[in-house]
Amino acid sequence: METLGFLMEGFAVALTPYNLMFALLGAFVGTLIGCLPGLGPANGVAIMIPLAFTLGLPPETAMILLTSVYAGAMYGGRISSILLNIPGDEPAMMTCLDGYPMAQKGRAADALAISAIASFTGGLIGTIGLIMLAPILAKFALTFGPAEYFALFMLAFATLGGITGKNPMKTVIAATLGIMISTVGIDIATGTQRYTFGVLELYEGIDFILAIVGLFAISELLFFVEARIGGGRKKMNVGKITLSFKELVSTIPTQFRGGVLGFIAGVLPGAGASLGSFISYTLEKQVLGKKGTFGEGDIRGVAAPEAGNNGASSGALVPMLTLGVPGSGTTAVLLAMLISLNITPGPLMFTQHADIVWGVIAALLIGNVLLLIINIPLVGFFVRLLSVPPMYLLPIVTMVAFVGVYSISHSTFDLYFMVAFGVGGYFLRKLEIPLVPIILGLLLGPEMEKNLGHALILSDGDWTVLWSSPLAIGFWAVAGLGLVLPTLVGPILRRRMHAAMKESPVSD
Amino acid sequence: MLIKRTLSFVAAAAVSMSALAWEPSGKVECIAPSDPGGGWDFTCRSAGNVMQELGLIDGSVQTVNMAGAGGGVAYAHTVSKRAEENKLLVAASTATTTRLAQKQFPGMNADMVTWVGALGADYGVIAVGKDSKYKNLSDLMAAVSEDPKSVKFAGGSARGGWDHLKVLITAKAAGADDLPRIPYLSYNNGGEAMTQVVGGQVDAFTGDISEATGFMESGDLRVLAVLSEERLPGKFGDIPTAKEQGIEALGPNWRGFYMPKGADEEAKEYWVNAVDTLYASEEWKKVMKSNGLIPFHPPANKFDEFVRNQVQEIEQMSREIGLLK
Repeated sequence: METLGFLMEGFAVALTPYNLMFALLGAFVGTLIGCLPGLGPANGVAIMIPLAFTLGLPPETAMILLTSVYAGAMYGGRISSILLNIPGDEPAMMTCLDGYPMAQKGRAADALAISAIASFTGGLIGTIGLIMLAPILAKFALTFGPAEYFALFMLAFATLGGITGKNPMKTVIAATLGIMISTVGIDIATGTQRYTFGVLELYEGIDFILAIVGLFAISELLFFVEARIGGGRKKMNVGKITLSFKELVSTIPTQFRGGVLGFIAGVLPGAGASLGSFISYTLEKQVLGKKGTFGEGDIRGVAAPEAGNNGASSGALVPMLTLGVPGSGTTAVLLAMLISLNITPGPLMFTQHADIVWGVIAALLIGNVLLLIINIPLVGFFVRLLSVPPMYLLPIVTMVAFVGVYSISHSTFDLYFMVAFGVGGYFLRKLEIPLVPIILGLLLGPEMEKNLGHALILSDGDWTVLWSSPLAIGFWAVAGLGLVLPTLVGPILRRRMHAAMKESPVSD
Repeated sequence: MLIKRTLSFVAAAAVSMSALAWEPSGKVECIAPSDPGGGWDFTCRSAGNVMQELGLIDGSVQTVNMAGAGGGVAYAHTVSKRAEENKLLVAASTATTTRLAQKQFPGMNADMVTWVGALGADYGVIAVGKDSKYKNLSDLMAAVSEDPKSVKFAGGSARGGWDHLKVLITAKAAGADDLPRIPYLSYNNGGEAMTQVVGGQVDAFTGDISEATGFMESGDLRVLAVLSEERLPGKFGDIPTAKEQGIEALGPNWRGFYMPKGADEEAKEYWVNAVDTLYASEEWKKVMKSNGLIPFHPPANKFDEFVRNQVQEIEQMSREIGLLK
């Protein structure tokens, strides 16, 4: 088994004390970020990017840190769902349905424990899926020519709105904004400058790390300032674990189904973790039907969505690592980090940067174990952190963001740019224009343009080359479906999600 | 070790005593016009370390990263704000001269700084996939001369960038006349470009020898020619030069330094000699070997002339392909 050998090498990278320390730090910070309502995994990873640069981490360590934050955020989201009935992040929404009722019945500790275990199972299944699928997909992707890549990027953009997105028009606007920003700088196909207005700082284009940190971290800060959330929440009591072994065993099939479904949802472009946890929950409800007490604090209703969203988070890494096309917002941020580290994601990464890819995958496995360990005994600690007032937390985040961005380029110009992005992001969020498509447009726009150019050079200007291979036709077809389906199925799904939220007797 | 260290101190002392009145004291600054980790960053840090080891400077060399505009930000900074500084070196390479030649640094040209010296080079190569029908550079260039569109090249720089220029330099030397029509596909880096060639989507690869080493050793890539004066040392000895095949094309991607034009003459002389001493040292040879740098070092007084010639050549080539008007 070639893969196993690589994985062992990955463990050798991830298990060095230095990397292990950062995996632990990432898992810890990730859980914290996940459990703070409003701060989702994409923001969490964006906030950690400057820190990675400030510390001058080597590429594999930086990626291990960020993926641990990502995995940790998926774990952490459940804490506030269960205790406060406020999802810590979007994928944790479904966990509220049965988690909060359990907490009200005085079984908060059990809900937290079982959800941690389900997260572990989901994460494990997802990572195993990633290990099996990614190398195959990477080999397959080597046969892609520019026309296929162009069709693939079209697919990524077409499915951007995703099934859970709200307003497709706003998604299109956001993606277009991203692509527009990406055209600033030298055009590699002609060697000419575009939209630089003679400003030297713009010649190399706009660094997407600036855009990401500005859009996510700085705008988050502005939101907090606006909301004036000065005080913390009052302390909560978790109680003792009364979970029996029999109960735990009874959820194993649920965890398994949830993990597998979540992984599949994660691999699909544009779907992501929210859909993963949603379909895991609904399927579980259907499979068990009347036997369960879903919505009233059923233990399986906590296990299913948690296994689902953690499976999906690993699944979303598959297209990001193998094709360079992120499956979700957070993986888009991770992709940006990879590019900034001068690593081109895609099939080549598996051969050229095997240590990083497999180090990250091994770190996911190790991180999963670490997360399980810190999430069961230390859960009380995170609960206490939930009551830390943001007035202490946010200045730290801001400081890290500024120092980190400055340490990348030593340019004050970049700091102004980052703040401008932050203010822009704040207004865009006020207009309910999603930020993730901007990042995707910024990341994928140049790639798409480059591949279009190459396809046309190779075909001597014949546009039909774009749909002349079966594979490309397949991508176009899926892209078409991706555009149409959300308008047809999306409203139904979303109505169901909302209905499910409302059905829950305790929801406010 | 001790003896060697002493010897190098003696050597350094000899240099400084015989020729120089001016000597840098305290901190010396080296600007790497890129983010940490790139080639220019490497030039500053490794050259700085070796200079310190050799005792060419009594303090330390502080590397300052100043990314932007492919070196343009650092160039503008040197020309406008640090024009008379004696203790400032800036890392440069063929990428710098290419951009200068193509007027990519608005309002600035190669005459505005003093070119100190080169510390080695990475040579250009033209390569094809292992199953390619082209067996040598002459075959490939004959096909290009016959029909410029028949061979598609892939490289890691933008159109008009150094990788593209190497194709044009070679094609021109081989007598091809319709240079702008030769298809060139630009990728983000050499690795990406090579995969396309290895995968068979594109016919030929243009890049530097250091990039091609991996695929060359795995047998996926056949290097048709290296664009150097003579065959390269060591494991690259089997690769024929373009010159051997009757095509007078050279493509050294040198690494070196420039410094402010307004610095004192003594200081300039000191640094030119310091780079010479550095280049000749055993310590630097080790650095070159472990980093895949190949000997390239025009004599001290010739480097400035070399840079000017390179800029002129690139400028002319860029005009021919319509990048410059």
